[in-house]
Amino acid sequence: MNNEIAVRFDGITKAFGSKVVANKDVTFDIYKGEILSLLGENGSGKTTLMNMLAGIYYPDKGKIFINGEEAVITSPHDAFRYKIGMIHQHFKLVDVFSAAQNIVLGIKDEKYNIKKASARIGEIAKKYGFIIDPNKKIHEMSVSEKQTVEIIKVLYRGADILVLDEPTAVLTPQEIEKLFVILRNMRRDGKTIIIITHKLNEVMEISDRVAILRKGEYVGTVETSRTSEKALTEMMVGQKIELNIDRSEPKNSEDRLIIKNITYKNREGVLVLDDVSFTARSGEILGVAGISGSGQKELLETIAGLIKPDGGDIIFHNPKKDKPVTLFHKTLKQVKELAVKGCFHYPDGSPVNLSGISDKQIKRLIDEEKIIFNEDEIMDLRNKTPLQIRELGVRLSFVPEDRLGMGLVGNMDIVDNMMLRSYRKGNPIFVDRKKPSDLADKIISELQVVTPSSHTPIRRLSGGNVQKVLVGREISYAPKVLMAAYPVRGLDINSSYAIYNLLTKQKENGAAVIFVGEDLDVLLSLCDRIIVISGGQITGVLDGRTANKEEVGLLMTKHSKEVETND
Amino acid sequence: MTNSNKTQQREPLFHITKRTDIPLWKSLLIRVGAIVLGLLIIAIICSIMFGINPFAVFATIIEGNFGTERRFWILLQDTALLLVVGLALIPAFKMKFWNLGGNGQVLVGALATVAVMKFLGGELPDGIVWVIMLLASVIAGAIWAVIPAIFKAFFNTNESLFTLMMNYIAEALVLYFVYIWKTGASDTIEPMPMGNLPTIGNPFLLTIIVAAIITVFLAIYLKFSKHGYEISVVGESQNTAKYIGINVKKVVIRTLVLSGAMCGLVGLLLAGAIDHTMSATTAQNMGFTGIMVAWLAKFNPIIMVLSALGIQFLTKGMGRVQKKFGITSDAVSNIMIGLIYFFVIACEFFISYKIHINLKSKNKAKNSDGGNK
Amino acid sequence: MGDYIVHIVTAIGVGIVFLYGCLGEILTEKSGHLNLGIPGIMCMGAAGGCYGVSVYMGTLSNNAEPSWFLLLFISIILAALFACIGGLIYAFLTVSLRCNQNVTGLAITTFGSGFAEYVMSMVKSNEGTEFAIAKLKFKASLPFAGNLGWFGQIFLSHGFLVYFAIVLAILMWFTLKKTRIGLNLCAVGENPATADAAGINVTAYKYVAILVGSAIVGVGGLFYVMDSNNGSWENASTLLAYGWLAIALVIFAVWKPNFAILGSILFGIFYIAPNAIKGIDLATMKIFKIFPYLITVIVLIFTSVFDSKNAQPPAGLGLTYFREDR
Repeated sequence: MNNEIAVRFDGITKAFGSKVVANKDVTFDIYKGEILSLLGENGSGKTTLMNMLAGIYYPDKGKIFINGEEAVITSPHDAFRYKIGMIHQHFKLVDVFSAAQNIVLGIKDEKYNIKKASARIGEIAKKYGFIIDPNKKIHEMSVSEKQTVEIIKVLYRGADILVLDEPTAVLTPQEIEKLFVILRNMRRDGKTIIIITHKLNEVMEISDRVAILRKGEYVGTVETSRTSEKALTEMMVGQKIELNIDRSEPKNSEDRLIIKNITYKNREGVLVLDDVSFTARSGEILGVAGISGSGQKELLETIAGLIKPDGGDIIFHNPKKDKPVTLFHKTLKQVKELAVKGCFHYPDGSPVNLSGISDKQIKRLIDEEKIIFNEDEIMDLRNKTPLQIRELGVRLSFVPEDRLGMGLVGNMDIVDNMMLRSYRKGNPIFVDRKKPSDLADKIISELQVVTPSSHTPIRRLSGGNVQKVLVGREISYAPKVLMAAYPVRGLDINSSYAIYNLLTKQKENGAAVIFVGEDLDVLLSLCDRIIVISGGQITGVLDGRTANKEEVGLLMTKHSKEVETND
Repeated sequence: MTNSNKTQQREPLFHITKRTDIPLWKSLLIRVGAIVLGLLIIAIICSIMFGINPFAVFATIIEGNFGTERRFWILLQDTALLLVVGLALIPAFKMKFWNLGGNGQVLVGALATVAVMKFLGGELPDGIVWVIMLLASVIAGAIWAVIPAIFKAFFNTNESLFTLMMNYIAEALVLYFVYIWKTGASDTIEPMPMGNLPTIGNPFLLTIIVAAIITVFLAIYLKFSKHGYEISVVGESQNTAKYIGINVKKVVIRTLVLSGAMCGLVGLLLAGAIDHTMSATTAQNMGFTGIMVAWLAKFNPIIMVLSALGIQFLTKGMGRVQKKFGITSDAVSNIMIGLIYFFVIACEFFISYKIHINLKSKNKAKNSDGGNK
Repeated sequence: MGDYIVHIVTAIGVGIVFLYGCLGEILTEKSGHLNLGIPGIMCMGAAGGCYGVSVYMGTLSNNAEPSWFLLLFISIILAALFACIGGLIYAFLTVSLRCNQNVTGLAITTFGSGFAEYVMSMVKSNEGTEFAIAKLKFKASLPFAGNLGWFGQIFLSHGFLVYFAIVLAILMWFTLKKTRIGLNLCAVGENPATADAAGINVTAYKYVAILVGSAIVGVGGLFYVMDSNNGSWENASTLLAYGWLAIALVIFAVWKPNFAILGSILFGIFYIAPNAIKGIDLATMKIFKIFPYLITVIVLIFTSVFDSKNAQPPAGLGLTYFREDR
């Protein structure tokens, strides 16, 4: 490694809209022939910065110098002229084309000859140690093979500076090892390599130097050999900031949702949830910390019944004890069946025996709240659809990450969005808009949703108001379990606090709240307990009141192998 | 400095962004403007291509629709038929299921009707025959629509191509049965004497009443029923549908049964109440025109009354223009209606997108090059 | 034996109409656009071609022998140009204005059939004799074809446009499979965002594909009138039926021009079979019409049930591409 400068960022600033500043006055150098890790939490501006190098975005302020000369990079094409190539997280490949066809796609100054191209691909592969079949179609490939195609695509165009955005996120440990061998080979060949990552063990293993960004600002660059994971974590997460969130002590906390050994492989065959076990307790907020994409989304969707796990149990303790039976939750038939099993008692404590009693009488007993549950129900929610879960009488609310794509329908008004949860109730044919309309009005006034009326399409509201509507709807059913994925993402401070308060209130009402977040300060100030997930595994369970940021940060970036050896 | 000049050169003359929102009056204004512009072009073409005074054309169009009482009734009847086909298509379209098979679904409905009329007409009391006709036509239409729906739901088979092919299979079937049931020397079935649907008041009224009932029914179905609500959710976002536990496959299949059944009903009206026979052209291409009707009205059942009326008004009027000015074939009518379509289709662009024209702004060039949205 | 040969020759004559339509539509669909205006565009091409024939024949003095080259050249160019009017409207609406493809296509078909009827009503007055002379030129085959027995009849007895279609199909197959232009076009139809990122001008490719596709379809219309239908124009709706079958053929040929050649002849055989098979009753003749559509449906079902990646429509078919949609 020499100290010739390949890339210099000089005062780079980039803002999206008027509020979000993705990069602020970032200045640093990248040397020729080094592997530089760009380290930072989610939303720290790593990808945005690199996108400016690759011509996807153009900086608002500041200059980029390539090999000492000022460069104006306005398109990916310009980037190629400066021999810069970026491998994005989402691959840009044509599924029905072969590897070679994808690699040569869009190259103008070369005769189209797949045979020759394949030969050159072979040479590149041999030089750096890739394994690739140029004739294999993309749709027949594994994720790692697709990544190989993307890397070769960049090399084929003669890139000297390669940017890899989270290249290891989709790979197995063995594939990561292979990738690192290739990266080292490329470094030996004089290529400059920048990898965006937040996995500390990989940073330590592969990079020469580490540049750290925090909340859009450049923190510093250190030589890998002279630092430690702990020091890097400190730079990455910064000092703990006390937030002004009221955190009450949990009351009457008992096990509500027990997750046992949940395993899930996604369609690509990647193990997304690996033997996950934890317990969510009533009256507390359980935080889920982790780098985004570590399996949080799948975890919540599995609990909600949207994903079928490959193994494990989801046990729900339904706190029914000493509560009257309702016909809303149980059909007459179910009541009769449960009575035989001895699940009910009369208010005076005597067991319920329904044999010989007419349906009409049973109905009256229920209406008069004369039939009371003996004990809590214990139900396995695994392999139940969302509808079946609801039919079991489990009040499980879910605020998904994708608000307008899943939780709400953007083109519908607030009232119709309220109906998403409740439309099945009541009249068998027609929907009832009266109750949802009341609910909408209630949410608008109680949560101070800024909207022209309850008949405004949701997509016209601001992000914070959209989220208030969604959370408002989900908590309106007095949930026993409330799951919220990144509920404050993209919201301003005031809206965020409104959401924190709502979650805390639910906890005080006895719900088991599961909060998936990315801001460690928030997690540490809001949650009673925190589980940390990394690579689909639970790497630690911490007390929200005593844990510190570095501790969480380290667990978040912990490698699965280490977990095994540590245990 | 040369570099920054380059940036400016790259800045395109205009760029397009999606509108998030447009006030109702503005979108209405654009649509009305498009129709007026289309009519203006028609007037110009009439005078240039055909050498006819455009005002005479417009007068003839009106005369063609309102000239005699019969013409007026036919206008209403044909509007009613077209409206029902259009209505039949919208539940599917709202789910983003492209049912291009309206023609076929109408045809099999007519085929079933004629079969019942032929074999049961006169054999059983009229009332019973009518009920059987209704059931047969509705079921036939439903089957024709549900086959592509099942494959779409389970195998994601391309529904627009599938339903399109089903049209021609239906057409060939009708040709076959016309041949084996034909009564005279020519390849046609004489109007059936028995089993015809009753006439209420005049021969046109039954169809109009049925259409009115169906319009109200569908408007209520889509807006106030649980099924209608599920259709909207599935059409807007399948992810949301799954999130709240809607069985998407079931909704697709159920909706297409409804869609096909309504088309089958049009077949019943055409064969049972109007033509009393059938041919390969019984559907009068309404499966396609119905798409226009639905599209122009943005899938709103009530506005569709207007779009169906508008299209039939133009068609009938142009037919009259052709006769009156001695133009053979349906050339003029199709050209004019095609032109109007173009304008109305094109105006949607101006409703959903906004064009920003960059007037030599020097400083802006760099900013907008970031191009994020 | 002799009968069969005549039938095969007729079947080829019909099949080539489908082939033109199918090739044009394949090209269009490869760019991600399902053009349901193809039947109308075929009518427009037919009308344009006939107009060209009429204009050229009008310039000749009485009894003068028309030049084979000029007649074909002028009429083919005009057929392509007229068809391109339809193609241009379609491309402008669906590519530039991002309008719904299905609706636009159907509107084009309505417009095209009317347009064709109008043009033909002007041409028709002198159709009889002129077309009768012109059709001979279109059908003119190699002089020695007749001397080569069945081989000559089946393979060499056709007019120029039959061979032109087959050459076009092979050329298209080659272009799509072996050239950079073909690769880029397929990328545009499969995944326009990727193509855009790779520096391919998506809009230009779409426009060119739609226009060239329309021109090919238009020549098909001309071929129908002058060759297949023996120099007579009946009405637009007859030709529309050919157009819809051509769209079916695209599915049957699983978007491959080389398959389309065989498919078109098969469709041609199905089309004429009712009249060709002896001893068949008329009812069965009618039912034969179902087969081209039925096998198309079966192909469609098979390719989707088995999710055969090589036989799928372009992934971007029917979707509008807007760069800022992300």
